Formats: sequence, structure tokens, C-alpha cells
Amino acid sequence: MDLMEYQAKQLFAKYDVPVTVGIVVENAEDARAATEELGGRVVVKAQVKTGGRGKAGGVKLAASPEEAVAKAAEILGMDIKGHTVRRVLIAPTADIAEEYYFSFLVDRSNRNYLCIASIEGGIEIEEVARSNPDAVAKVAIDPLVGVDAVKAREIVEATRFPAEVAEEALDLITKLWTLFVEEDAGLVEVNPLVRLGDGHLEALDGKVSLDENADFRHTEHAAFEDSSAADPLEAKAKEKGLNYVKLDGAVGIIGNGAGLVMSTLDVVAYAGEAHGGVKPANFLDIGGGASAEVMADGLDIILNDAQVKSVFVNVFGGITACDAVANGIVSALGILGDSATKPIVVRLDGNNVVEGRRILEQAGHPLVTLVDTMDGAADRAAELAAAGSESKG
Amino acid sequence: MAIFLTGESRVIVQGMTGSEGSKHTQRMLNSGTNVVGGVTPGKGGQSVDFEGTAVPVYSSVSDAVETTGADVSVVFVPPKFCKSAVREAVDAGIPLIVVITEGVPVKDTAEFFAYAQSTGKARIIGPNCPGVISPGKSNAGIIPADITTEGRIGLVSKSGTLTYQMMYELRDFGISSAVGIGGDPIIGTTHIDALQAFQDDPETDAIVMIGEIGGDAEERAAAYISKHISKPVVGYVAGFTAPEGKTMGHAGAIVSGSSGTAEAKKEALEAAGVKVGKTPSATAQLMRDLLQS
Repeated sequence: MDLMEYQAKQLFAKYDVPVTVGIVVENAEDARAATEELGGRVVVKAQVKTGGRGKAGGVKLAASPEEAVAKAAEILGMDIKGHTVRRVLIAPTADIAEEYYFSFLVDRSNRNYLCIASIEGGIEIEEVARSNPDAVAKVAIDPLVGVDAVKAREIVEATRFPAEVAEEALDLITKLWTLFVEEDAGLVEVNPLVRLGDGHLEALDGKVSLDENADFRHTEHAAFEDSSAADPLEAKAKEKGLNYVKLDGAVGIIGNGAGLVMSTLDVVAYAGEAHGGVKPANFLDIGGGASAEVMADGLDIILNDAQVKSVFVNVFGGITACDAVANGIVSALGILGDSATKPIVVRLDGNNVVEGRRILEQAGHPLVTLVDTMDGAADRAAELAAAGSESKG
Repeated sequence: MAIFLTGESRVIVQGMTGSEGSKHTQRMLNSGTNVVGGVTPGKGGQSVDFEGTAVPVYSSVSDAVETTGADVSVVFVPPKFCKSAVREAVDAGIPLIVVITEGVPVKDTAEFFAYAQSTGKARIIGPNCPGVISPGKSNAGIIPADITTEGRIGLVSKSGTLTYQMMYELRDFGISSAVGIGGDPIIGTTHIDALQAFQDDPETDAIVMIGEIGGDAEERAAAYISKHISKPVVGYVAGFTAPEGKTMGHAGAIVSGSSGTAEAKKEALEAAGVKVGKTPSATAQLMRDLLQS
């Protein structure tokens, strides 16, 4: 789970990393009191889980409480790369002498941890890495050892922090590492890390990504969830424990296994090219145990997506038995009754497929079409979606 | 021969007395796997009856190894206990540890992987993977054994159901070994490890490699193939239509920025001489054409 800036800063504060969190507001008028409290000159920053906020106009200076209200009003409700801004952070301005970059992350390629740091100022680290790779320090971290005093010193030296901040950097690195490990983070990034006019370091902006697999030992992380930001169908799916991602197309997708479902989206998109460019409407992985109830929940969510014109159920029965999936579809349609109105193309293979197909054929539901192959079923579903869009359009 | 897992493999199941563990132990036995024991702390001395086959339970992996000579462990224990279970298997000297458990914190995986590496003696497959099967010989994990029979195609994939789908597509040719490596950010066995093993396996003639968006494992595999693999390789990549910045189930399957896209992976594989199919069926067809030419 990616955190917003103010949440990341709250974690920094928890681990004594030098930071000024500021005040989060959800309506523009509240920016007035916040700005007064912070001394009258502030930065108003959009709180969204994506980069490039500054470029999109989501970060603005304000020299007075009135101006802060005006800027907050501009930024709230703004769309930044598909994320609607629902809250802004009012942060005091800082007297910046220098900007640095610092992060800890999981290194998939080398299967350990990595520290990336640079004193070549902050914001565009990717650009620095391209144009001046020597200015970016990369220090591998052994998961069995972590960042001890020796490693912290190595990072400071590799980064070439100026001598006057070296000791403070050592301390900050240790604290950020503790945060990284104790909170089960996959990424802890400070960008920019700044040297203030008074010579001290401060984390001016931050990004933290938490490992949801570790939620069992961090019940407090649930408080970081931003349910208001989620698409309503995604929120409903989450409530039902379904792995669902809403997309923009017209063919609703249900499948088992993340890889197969991803592949199904692709195959539908290819098939859609021959049918006016129809596209998949969602990702929905019902996982291993496709009970009737799970299938009903899945179908319910997908049929409630107004953009969906047809549904493609693509199941390869490995552990999942096709007869259970077929029974799931039949009883789901029974539960949904007249509210189910969109055509459903089903492709079943694998474990108990003969019985699965027999159950669907015997039920003979008018909305359900059985197709033998994945590619053929995708084509049929795309065709039906195109026809559905035309008749409505 | 096959890779990683052979007819001689002696398999134990950590977490055999749990519901998933017992269900899949039965399936492994049904497919002819030599399951020599289970490990559940505190339940040593008991045995579990699997349709007439009594499988002894040991309290520790080292007890099991001492008594049975086990050389493969399949781990079904819950995420919370996974790290200590894997470390225990490493300490007991098990050379192949297949971690089926889904939902293991990446920090725990990083630690048990580093621990296994530090001993230099244990290969880990997974976590969050379907395991490995050498049809007709042995089956360590949850891959259904009845999809296809023994053959001469090697298969490596991040995804479970895509593994099954591809085994099914190629069922008339059969499989030497199929390895599901899992899609977590840190995995014990990579595409490259499996490719290397297939290259060295005299019972494998050709290789299917299935990848998906996220990370750079496929790009690295492509570089490896062009240098070290002389056997023909056919590839498939899932996730062309996945939107940027959204996680599609597998923790690894997330695209941020331009690297790790399906297109980039396809291009890298093609540049290494790998034929890449547009759909799983089209990929199987490429392999078919190749073997029949």
C-alpha cells in the first residue's frame, strides 16, 4: 500500500526523523486557520498517491492565509493522473540550502535491499541517474545484517554527504532504516532531503510503501487505508475479499489466478480489435476456491458496472473443479434473478471439465454461452460487447 | 532426469496436518510422489492416513531428514511461520525447499532467501508459487498431475494457472518438468535458474518461458538466453493491457514507469531469438511448429 505524503511524514515523525508534518485539510476554508498556525507563509500540497504533483499544478506557495484558502480551493478536486485530490497538506515553507535524495527499497533483481542516495538535488533523481550516474550512490544491503553503524558510514561516504551534515546523516539513515524494517516497508524515500539554512537536515517530502502481506503484524496500518479514494466497485469488491481492479472497457472479466486473468485481459483486447476496439472492463481474480458464493459476488460486481456489455468467465480448473465453477455460475444467476441481463460467455478447461460443461448445458440459462477455447471465447465476448454497445448507442 | 525434482526425490511436507497441507499431500501421493513424512511441531510420533498410505509426522525437519533421508520439503505453513519453517529446512540440510505459502511478507522472504544463499546448499522455489512437477516422476506442490504426461518440453512460469493452461495446450507433447516460480517481489528460483537447469537436462529438448509485467526478470532472462541457451525457447508475456500503476494480483505484476512493461519484455525476448506468442494458444502453436519442423 502506497502512503500519501502526510502519512509518510507521520511515520518519519514516529521514528524521530527530522520532519515538519504540517496540517491536512479537506476543505479550502480550513487552510486559513492552518496557515495562521504555521506562521502565515505556507506550501499547499495535493495529497495523492502519484508522482508529478508539482508539474500538474498540485503544489503551490501561499504568502497569506487568504492566499492559502484560494490555492487550496484550486487544488482540491483537481485530477492528477487519474487521482482526485481530496485533501491538501498545508506545510510551512523551508529555508533550503541544498537538496538531496535518499531511499531504501526492496531490490527484486538482486533479491536483497538497496539504498539509493544522491547529493545532486532531489526532485528528478531519474534524470540525475541518466545524465550523471556517478552522482547516484547505490549501496546493497544484506537482509541478514541490515544497516549497522558500518553500513551507515559506508552509505554516507558513498553518497559524499558534505562533512558538516555527515554526522546528522548517519543518525537519519539509521532512523530511516529502523522505519523501513519495523514497518515492513517496501520503499522509504525522502525526496527532497534538504539541508536547511541553519545547517540541519530535514525530510521535506516522502514516499512510503507498506507491504500488505505484513499487515498481520501491523494492525495499525489499516488506519492508512483511504477508502474514499477507491472506485465504488473496487471498494465493494474489497469488502467481499475479491481481487478486483476497475478498467474502462465493455467486457467484464472473471478468471482464476492472477496470470491467467491478466492474459485474459490481453486476449480480449486483441479479439476486440476486430469488433470496433472493445476492451476489458476489469480485472477480477476469484482465486483457488471458486465457490458459488464467490462467483455470485464476482458476477454481482461486474454486472453492476454500467460500462459492461458482456461478461467473459475464463477458468482453468487446476485445484478449482470446473463443476464447482459451473454450479457457482448457475446459482449466482439464480441469486441475481432478473437483475442479470448481460450475456455471459464461459470457457472451462481442466479439472472436472466434462461435468462442468454438462451442468451449464443442462441449466440452459439464456444468458450463458459455452465456448471451448480461450481465444474463441474472447472473440465471442468481444463481439457480444460490441453488439451490446451498438444497441444501446 | 528432469530438473530439480526426479523419481528418486524423497519429499516431506511442512504443515502436512493443516487443511491445505493434507489436501495436497493426498494429491501428491496420488500422482506417485514419494512422500516420506510430514513435519508439524509437537505432533511428532503420530502418523496420518492418506487413503491407506500411512505417512509419519515428525516434530522437526531434522528429525524427518534423519529418519527418512528426505531431500525435498514442500512448505504449506501459514505466512506468519513461514520464515522459521524455511530456515529450519535449510538448517536440516534439505537441498530443495518449495514454498507454496501465499502472503509471505517480503522482508521474511528476503531473510530466508539470504539465509539459504549463505549456506550455499539450498535451492528455494517460491514463495507464493504452485511448485514443481516432473510428470510421471514426482510432484512437489499443487500443480495438477493429470493435465499432461511425461514429455520433453520444459516449462517455467511466474503464474500458476498460466502454467496449467500451457501444460494443457501442450498435453499431446508432454512436459519434462514444469516450474512455477511465483510472482512475489523476491523469489528463490528465477527464470534464469530454470533455463539453466533445462539447458543442462538431457531429457528436455525445448523450453517455454512465461512471464508477466513488473520487474526486469524477463529482460535478464532474455540476456541470459542469448548467451547461454542453445535449446529453442518460446515465450509468452501476460499484461499488455494492464494499466500503469495498478497491482493485478501478483505483487510483482505492477507497472510503474516504462520499464517492466509487457512490450519491453517481448522486445527483449525477441531480440534474444525467442519466438513470443500473442496468446497462450498461439504460444503453444509456436512450440508445436518448432517441434514438428
